[in-house]
Amino acid sequence: MSERRVRIATLVAALAVAILLPFFFEPFRNNQFSLVLAYSVAVLGLNLLVGYNGQISLGHGFFFALGAYTSALLIAKESVPYLLTVPAAGVVAFAAGFVFGVPALRLRGLYLALVTLSLAVVAPQLIKRWGSLTEGTQGLTVNQPTAPGGIGLANDQYIYLLTLAIAAVMFLLAWNLVRGQTGRSIMAIRDNEISAKAMGINIARVKTRVFAVSAGYAGVAGALYVFTVGFVAPESFTVTLSLGLLAAIVVGGLGSVTGAVFGALFIEFVPVWAGDVNQALTGFVYGAVLIAFMFVLPGGMASLGKRIKRIRKRPAKQDTRPERTERTTAREGLT
Amino acid sequence: MRGKIITLAVVALALVAAGCGRSSSDSGSGSSSPGITSKQVTLGGSYPFSGPASAYRTIAEGAKAYFDQVNAKGGVNGRKIKFVTLDDAYEPPRAVQNARKLIQQDKVFALFNTLGTANNVAIMKSVNQQKVPQLFVATGGSIFGSNVKQFPYTTGWQPDYVTEAKVYVDYLKKQKPNAKVAVLYQNDAFGKDLLAGFQNAAKGSNIKVIAKQSYEATDPTISSQMAKLKSSGADTFLDITTPKFSAQAIVAVAKLGWHPLHILNNVGASKALVLKPAGLKNAQGIVSTTYYKDPEDPKWANDAAMKDYKSGLKKSSPKADPNDPFHVYGWGAAETMTDALKRMKKPTRASLMEAVRSTNEKVAILLPGIDVKLDGTSDGFPIEAMQIQKFQGQSWKLQGQVVQAPH
Repeated sequence: MSERRVRIATLVAALAVAILLPFFFEPFRNNQFSLVLAYSVAVLGLNLLVGYNGQISLGHGFFFALGAYTSALLIAKESVPYLLTVPAAGVVAFAAGFVFGVPALRLRGLYLALVTLSLAVVAPQLIKRWGSLTEGTQGLTVNQPTAPGGIGLANDQYIYLLTLAIAAVMFLLAWNLVRGQTGRSIMAIRDNEISAKAMGINIARVKTRVFAVSAGYAGVAGALYVFTVGFVAPESFTVTLSLGLLAAIVVGGLGSVTGAVFGALFIEFVPVWAGDVNQALTGFVYGAVLIAFMFVLPGGMASLGKRIKRIRKRPAKQDTRPERTERTTAREGLT
Repeated sequence: MRGKIITLAVVALALVAAGCGRSSSDSGSGSSSPGITSKQVTLGGSYPFSGPASAYRTIAEGAKAYFDQVNAKGGVNGRKIKFVTLDDAYEPPRAVQNARKLIQQDKVFALFNTLGTANNVAIMKSVNQQKVPQLFVATGGSIFGSNVKQFPYTTGWQPDYVTEAKVYVDYLKKQKPNAKVAVLYQNDAFGKDLLAGFQNAAKGSNIKVIAKQSYEATDPTISSQMAKLKSSGADTFLDITTPKFSAQAIVAVAKLGWHPLHILNNVGASKALVLKPAGLKNAQGIVSTTYYKDPEDPKWANDAAMKDYKSGLKKSSPKADPNDPFHVYGWGAAETMTDALKRMKKPTRASLMEAVRSTNEKVAILLPGIDVKLDGTSDGFPIEAMQIQKFQGQSWKLQGQVVQAPH
């Protein structure tokens, strides 16, 4: 079997599993799956920035919130059809990301992390400040999409499939982006900015656009979140969300498109399971699992298969140095 | 490439293991509602077991103690009460997810006593659409009683904040008719409700609100607000806060050397969780309201209901502090819930609501003269009376008579 065929077969199988999923689970579980899809879009966007372009953002919760509130306000106050609010949320977050991407050009590494962290911190405060628009602490209840009659779907299944369709489009777009010439320039900047410049890549333009696209993805994810949860409030978008998105990249795999789904699964389900272990120690258990993950699978979930294969093939008594190898495979990612 | 297939297979397997197949039971409801059988009825509530309002977690303990006692005596009409509680950290988004989980996954018959004004408002619309009862919510938000036609499945229990505000104005008119009032309030539906109730009731009198400061439930401190309120020159301090901030406000008043008439709202007036941490010497003379018996008041030492409560709580959670008034609160609300379940004619949510809407009972742990009464769509407020209490020496002392303040 050629590589291409295997790849297509895997993709079709994955899609089939994803489509059939809501018919086997309870509404509450489906709701969680929809949330996973929403998060995966945000994680994917953040991965374009962090994994592919080598910039960092601890503040993507801000753009997520921006998209969520754009969608929620349009639905609740202007009665805009909910599907139209998805591009609207994406565009608003894209624009905000573009504006923020300009100062981000001057900062790198730790400094960029600090500045973006401030975005995450002010998001709930800003929402409360503009209480007359956002309803403040009280939050905003939004009517969720309902399944059109006659198609035999329950609401939770409909919302899931809707989210899945939008997420699939976003994944396809991201995949196309990183495969083409733009993707190569994005990664060239990550790998060596000076040589990228020497090759004629307009660093400032690429960087700001990646930042904007990445924010736009978070905005779309925010709109999907609104469909799934039907409620937004300042406490929905605290620093924890921003940090969670970053953790999801680490878990999923840096610079991997498919890793976003695993990362999103992690941030949705692991805190729930951690809460089941001990309600008072939720944060502790979650943190411990996250650290364990970085030790066991430094390349993220996307590298799990490769790792298993290597363990199977590994000849006895040979000292391989897994962490180094792991890191390089992660970098190669899906190029 | 084979690596990817292995990854996918592992994840797919984990997913299948994580959940069970979709059952067909949720579509056909039949004659009885979910969450109720001839042996058991399941109730669910969302409480702040963590976070800034975690002092209220003991309400759930008190309610559970009452249900345990009912179950030990054979349950309600042969049904044992199962009470499922989840933590929302006092955050509305988590309350929304909890309500969803309780209804869809734990399949509760009714939501009972979920805590917090904002949290209950956040779930009110959707639970009414689903026709799931949202009963005796642990908040005094007036919205839970004033909109029976729009939200027929929702009811409060405690006196609402507008009633409470009227009782304070009534007190001030007698004791301090020219009061200049400084207000600290929580910037959410709860704080705004009590504040608006106070301002409305004070209209046309010489009681004037001269300064207002708000805080967010997520704020770490309120010290700057307190300094501003003191500098307003007010002689009366209306303190509309939840326990953590009530304690901070009491300390701040003492530290600033401010000596106003301190009116502390009922939901912050716990001796065990607020006054003690703030220092009892700082709490002298604070005025508040109550409607249930104070477990520390020697007056009720031989009261049958009080004895019943103390032994019930001890059996259910031996480590719990019986003097914490929030336990009493939970105990009382659970009694009203049990009464409604007892009077329910059919095991359906609609029938439960009929029983709830015709509640007319005396809850033994409430102060004498205070009834729990609902009347169809015309009266949506179960408890509409309170009594002023003042903190003196080591405990709250009841003042005057029960004030009836119906809507």
